[in-house]
Amino acid sequence: MIVAVNILLWLVVGGLAMLAALRGRALLQSGARDGAIDFLRLLPRIAIGVIGSGFVAEALPRSVIIPWLGPGSGFLGVAIAALGGALTPGGPVIGFSVGSAMLKSGAGAPQVVAYSTAWALYAVHRLVMWEAPLMPPRVVWLRAAVSLPLPFIAAGMAMMLARP
Amino acid sequence: MERRKPLRSRRRRVFDWSTAAIAAIAVIAAATVYWRDGRVHFLAILAGDLSLFAEMLPKVLAGCLIGAFVTLILPRELVARWVGHESGLFGLAIAALFGFILPGGPITIYPVAGAFLAMGADAGAVVAFITCWTLCGYTRALVWELPFFGPHFVIWRIVEALPLPILAGFLARMALKAGLARVS
Repeated sequence: MIVAVNILLWLVVGGLAMLAALRGRALLQSGARDGAIDFLRLLPRIAIGVIGSGFVAEALPRSVIIPWLGPGSGFLGVAIAALGGALTPGGPVIGFSVGSAMLKSGAGAPQVVAYSTAWALYAVHRLVMWEAPLMPPRVVWLRAAVSLPLPFIAAGMAMMLARP
Repeated sequence: MERRKPLRSRRRRVFDWSTAAIAAIAVIAAATVYWRDGRVHFLAILAGDLSLFAEMLPKVLAGCLIGAFVTLILPRELVARWVGHESGLFGLAIAALFGFILPGGPITIYPVAGAFLAMGADAGAVVAFITCWTLCGYTRALVWELPFFGPHFVIWRIVEALPLPILAGFLARMALKAGLARVS
């Protein structure tokens, strides 16, 4: 599985690099350089996020997590998780490491689904920092508004299907 | 083809406050585990985390390169023409499909979405596109989510997210039609 994912991703990289090379050597070089710089800048974040999430999951007292976000926390747990997702700042490392720490320390899967979905759709920090400067603001707020119920729907489906 | 401005304005800084906050929390958590559960347990967790970190590195490098190349070579106008000229449920489905297959980060996706609007796509299609990219996009799922959550969780989370882009697009259209929102 892990090997297959790596092969797939690197095949995509190879295909895109070939397309860039066809348009000229300079494009190939600047793509490779931009990607490598991005990677180097992400490295400390990944290290902190990954290593941190393991310890945070272990340190969090289950007696606190389980009543508020555990499988029995129901709609209230989903609402708390969705609010937490909206307020989580930072890039993918932080959102996913917080989500996996929640799951490891006893939060229910539907609650974690609600957290990830809310964070992906309307993390306030991303709306303000990225989306609003690059898109017409009215469209951004319309998108955020219609997205409000989606984490609840995703969590409801997770409860109905009893998966993940 | 018209000249486009390179999309390189907002680079990630090496340091930012949210990362610093997470780092502080991580150190406190690590210290708590060390004192409460002892050295052996601490080292076992550290070893598990380090192997997850090593497993992620080639994926993250691939994800960064994919994002960089797509930003440079994506024919934005061509994609926008596809999405802009379809309406109805089919238009939402096409928009969502592009959200699923287009790789890259926010610096790629939001300008593409902006180009859709400029070329006459309705706001519903743009909402479906962004919603699908953020919830079901394959690079984000493979690079970031899979190492943290494992295949069972990721696959089911995405299955449960599949109807949401179309639903969000419909809601956006309804809100516009009912006069609850305006985009121009």
